[in-house]
Amino acid sequence: MKSWFKSGTPWIWLNACAVSVSILMVIGLLGLIAMRGLGHFWPADLAQFDYMERDGSMSRLVGEFHETEEVPAEQLRASGDLNIGDEAWVTRHLIKTGNRDVSGMDFRWVIDSRISSLTYPRPLVAVERREWGNLYGYLHSLREAGRTVAEGEAAWKPFMERLARAEVLHAQIRAIEKDEIGSINSGMERLRLAKRKLELEGIDDPARLTAIAAEEAGLQQRYAGLQNELLKLYEAIQRDSVTFTVADGKQVHVPLAKIVRAFRPNAMSLPDKAGHYFAKLWEFVSDEPREANTEGGIFPAIFGTIMMVMLMSVFVTPFGVVAAIYLREYARQGLLTRTIRIAVNNLAGVPSIVYGIFGLGFFVYFLGGNIDQLFFPEALPAPTMGTPGILWASLTLALLTVPVVIVATEEGLSRVPRAVREGSLALGATKAETLWRTVLPMASPAIMTGLILAIARAAGEVAPLMLVGVVKLAPALPLDGDFPYLHLDRKFMHLGFHIYDVGFQSPNVEAARPLVYATALLLVLVIVVLNLAAIAIRNRLREKYKSLEH
Amino acid sequence: MPTSSRANFMTPPPARQRRRLVVDALARYTVGLGGVFVIAAVALIFFYLLYIVIPLFLPADARPVASYPLPGGKEARTAHLVMDELREVGIRYTRDGRVFFFDPADGNPRGEGRTLLPPETRATAFSAGDSATGIVAYGLDDGRARVLQTTFKVTHPNDVRLVTPHLSFPLGEEAIVVDDQGRPLTRLAVQQGEESASLVATTDDGRLILTHITQEVSFLDDEVTLEVAHTELPAPDQAVDFLLLDKEQRTLYAASRDGWMSVFDITDPQAPALIQRLRVVGDGLQVSALTFLTGDISLLIADSTGAINQWFPVRDETNTMRLTRIRTFDTGQGTVRSVGVEPRRKGFMAADDQGRVGIYHTTAHRLLEISSVSTAPIRLVSVAPRADAFLAEDDSGHLHYWTVHNEHPEVSWSALWGKVWYESYAEPEYVWQSSSASNDFEPKFSLTPLAFGTLKAAFYAMLFAIPLAIMGAIYTAYFMAPRMRRLVKPGIEIMEALPTVILGFLAGLWLAPVVEKNMPGVFALLLFVPLGTLLFAYLWRLLPSHLTQRVPEGWDAALLIPAILLSSALALWLGPHMEHAWFGGNMPEWLSHTAGIDFDQRNALIVGIAMGFAVIPTIFSMTEDAIFNVPKHLRNGSLALGATQWQTLTRVIILTASPGIFAAVMIGLGRAVGETMIVLMATGNTPVLDFSLFQGMRTLSANIAVEMPESEVGSTHYRVLFLAALVLFAFTFIVNTAGELVRQRLRSKYSNL
Repeated sequence: MKSWFKSGTPWIWLNACAVSVSILMVIGLLGLIAMRGLGHFWPADLAQFDYMERDGSMSRLVGEFHETEEVPAEQLRASGDLNIGDEAWVTRHLIKTGNRDVSGMDFRWVIDSRISSLTYPRPLVAVERREWGNLYGYLHSLREAGRTVAEGEAAWKPFMERLARAEVLHAQIRAIEKDEIGSINSGMERLRLAKRKLELEGIDDPARLTAIAAEEAGLQQRYAGLQNELLKLYEAIQRDSVTFTVADGKQVHVPLAKIVRAFRPNAMSLPDKAGHYFAKLWEFVSDEPREANTEGGIFPAIFGTIMMVMLMSVFVTPFGVVAAIYLREYARQGLLTRTIRIAVNNLAGVPSIVYGIFGLGFFVYFLGGNIDQLFFPEALPAPTMGTPGILWASLTLALLTVPVVIVATEEGLSRVPRAVREGSLALGATKAETLWRTVLPMASPAIMTGLILAIARAAGEVAPLMLVGVVKLAPALPLDGDFPYLHLDRKFMHLGFHIYDVGFQSPNVEAARPLVYATALLLVLVIVVLNLAAIAIRNRLREKYKSLEH
Repeated sequence: MPTSSRANFMTPPPARQRRRLVVDALARYTVGLGGVFVIAAVALIFFYLLYIVIPLFLPADARPVASYPLPGGKEARTAHLVMDELREVGIRYTRDGRVFFFDPADGNPRGEGRTLLPPETRATAFSAGDSATGIVAYGLDDGRARVLQTTFKVTHPNDVRLVTPHLSFPLGEEAIVVDDQGRPLTRLAVQQGEESASLVATTDDGRLILTHITQEVSFLDDEVTLEVAHTELPAPDQAVDFLLLDKEQRTLYAASRDGWMSVFDITDPQAPALIQRLRVVGDGLQVSALTFLTGDISLLIADSTGAINQWFPVRDETNTMRLTRIRTFDTGQGTVRSVGVEPRRKGFMAADDQGRVGIYHTTAHRLLEISSVSTAPIRLVSVAPRADAFLAEDDSGHLHYWTVHNEHPEVSWSALWGKVWYESYAEPEYVWQSSSASNDFEPKFSLTPLAFGTLKAAFYAMLFAIPLAIMGAIYTAYFMAPRMRRLVKPGIEIMEALPTVILGFLAGLWLAPVVEKNMPGVFALLLFVPLGTLLFAYLWRLLPSHLTQRVPEGWDAALLIPAILLSSALALWLGPHMEHAWFGGNMPEWLSHTAGIDFDQRNALIVGIAMGFAVIPTIFSMTEDAIFNVPKHLRNGSLALGATQWQTLTRVIILTASPGIFAAVMIGLGRAVGETMIVLMATGNTPVLDFSLFQGMRTLSANIAVEMPESEVGSTHYRVLFLAALVLFAFTFIVNTAGELVRQRLRSKYSNL
């Protein structure tokens, strides 16, 4: 034993242990996110049971089992629950009971031993609403303009049909409210600014003023027409409503306009559930958030992230590539290149929040403020560019990711064999031509690698964005149908910030948590895929030029 | 010789050639610019941060604007000078009960002077209340007092700003009876609040009288009825030369010129109590000026040596409030004759008998500027509401109007990094508390707790990361089978790309509750996993060799995975039982109740694990490179000389690679220090100075993220946040540069070997 220790073998094993622990942590982390993130969309069965409350009274509960844990009995006793028997350990479940409007809470803990007559009744309906979260209950009756059309089990089919109609109407209303009226509003704002600009410049041009007024009148008229249309749609959508009997026997009345979807999880077959699962998954990536971001989808966040990353790529690629070319092809190795390398390392090592504060101070307040003074005086004192927005966010992140592109490009350039350059130069090409025609095309996969890594970094960065343009809920996307289509001054939503905001700033964290896991999963997937792609490209490049070198 | 058809070196190139050369030269310059751009970017960040930060440390700048004879003549002495917010109107109250309005910029009168006293009375005392209310009072020779209020109305007739002063009598036209015996009042103090007003006066026969006035507004006709109550206070033995009442009408200070001060608690006007009597200047010295600092908590007491002392009540061990001397401003020569207080900051201006005015700030303990205003001694100085100008009156009967540029007096080296004794604190402390709703708030800009929090978070993260990363890297680089290494290295490096917001979110919402619930299990893991590994290794050695040799060399790490999982499961399973047996079933509660250690759910342990996780890949990857790149012949030589693998590793390989490992740790440290999202989400963000594993912290970076969005551009708070960023920048710059230099040296060393 002693000699075994002296030989150092145990230390080698401990070193091996460190690697295994690191790998296990990575796998565990990814597994945890995947499990929690993907599980959320599966329609959980709805349980109905009788439950003895801590004071001995009985109540009926309906809900989804969410979590189960063992707790020491003392802990429960300390919190005032004495009705738990003599066991040292107590099993309890977290139940999602929904019906926040009826009971005031979404979730509650129940003690396993006090549950009786647990069933999964087929007719139980789960309703996703536009406000107040989920509703669980039995379908009682379906009404049209206050008159009962169908009752009980027979109401399910007509309910589904009318729900489909309500959904179509809702989509129409949204299209008018958001797109058309939104575009009228932005048009009015544009006209107001145009007028103000004339005023500021002291131009008294009646022809232009009348043109503006005429355009304004046109918009007003269109607005009135849309209002009329909306009124009709609202009337139509409010025709139907439905009543549910919830667990404690109360009746809850829900207009169909407020329902996103309704389903009977206990009556669903496996393919039904799978269909529901994918429908929910699609909603998650393609829809807008509801209820303070705790329900619905994350489309604006995905869109905002992609937009920001694309803008950033436009800025970062030329600078990164040019700097790398300088380091590798032009500069003589000496003090200057060493200084540049130190600068690159520092750019990579400066905390991201420092970029954020620099971006806010320099880009937003200094550059943006001056741009406003020069180009947008008509909008002042409301800032146009002098406020955080997607342009400044992408510039800040471009600065932050420049080292990634430089390092990757440099590596790629160093792999291009000398012979290629010498051959080109020997044929009479200038240095620039050699670079442009031979070296850069050969190194382009490396540039790609750098760009992909930069994108992966930018997609996951949150701290600087919090200061330079990300918001929890953006009223409009940075790209839309209104002139000038790409709105560089707009604030945007971002996947990473969405995780922070919903997970930590949300009023109902418990309800929002599954969605945060799903968002986290999406973000991790994107980043892991990007990184793997970068690694694959880099490895292929290495292999390719290995043969050229020898 | 017909050489013209032949090209030689002197032949000018054809146009196309020339264009190619121009393009080539252009490309060279563009690319050169690109290289310099990187340095420029780093320099720009640094200098921009510096540019924002520097105004914090600039001295104040005071400039003379105008000097003119006293408006209203110098026959009567000035009792009080005021300016409005915009410095368009100056008001001078004289001791004989008249008021003059003038333009501070040139001294020209604005309207006629007015007499403020009731007919056939003489003013014998004067007092100005809280500057925000504009209340002043004259004590009269018949035992009454006249209370006045000045307000300023801003109108814009014809788009020109016009400020009009407006005089009113908030307690009615009739003078208030203070002394019902009708003796002349010699000293007076006045304050008016929302519902009540207080007047305190001394009479010429040595009594000290408190008059409390309650205002009641009738609901029917808005008529105000006053209820006046008189109480006589025990008069001090010494003369009362200074009488000060705080704006909350709770504490009264009466002081004599030779430094004896009596402190009365008049919270209950019916039962005032003397709570302290003390000497506030040294023996043989005189009090030359005495006034409240804004907020009416601190007193500024100038003595005849030219020193100004700040005093405020401090709770002592017996829980009684005692007036205590906090700090001293030594003005050098000259006696301070008047102290003007900034109405919205804890700053003041002191005028002395040498004709100088000094600008000071109490919290920062800083003299910002001292300027010679007049050749004659100055008897009165008054600060404009925004502290952007002052009026000084000298003995020759002239007023001097100066503007002041003094944006950030609150910050000094000692206020940022040292212990500061803040108002209402029992002792000097390091506090970060940047804002509050109140106007009288004393901002507390100590970066020490934040820097401490940053280092604490980094320390625990490194404690977790260094062993795992370095040991893992040693194994991966030196022992691991190449095929496995090709999987493991990218696997761990992908960890580096993992967004920290996800780590923070998991740490805060998943890990923190899990660790809180299984605390003994988590600590048991630290012991069980290495022990389990060793046990497995020992058992493995005992296995017959034909079995063990089936596993190819360098795959031990994979073998260990079941052993680690098993021992972790054992530790977590045993955890609750240990908790039950030793910690009364709930370790966090046991910690806070039995062991007396404060426990936060989101604590340094969580941050250490989460941030450790984030820096492991950085350290791992660079250490692995450093060890892997140690030239092979060193290893082979050592092994050939009979050293074991382990001896070769510890005596040769690690020693050679140690600069690289050092660089890796440095760069990992830089990352841990600057990380924002993890600490933001996995701690409670309370700026405490406590190294405990079970308490949270607030780091510089998280502080920026939390407070920057609410900070007003250009304010002191804004600049201090930039300073925090500059500190972070400087720290990571040093660490990264050191790491990079070491790596550059190492690279050239390896290439030489």
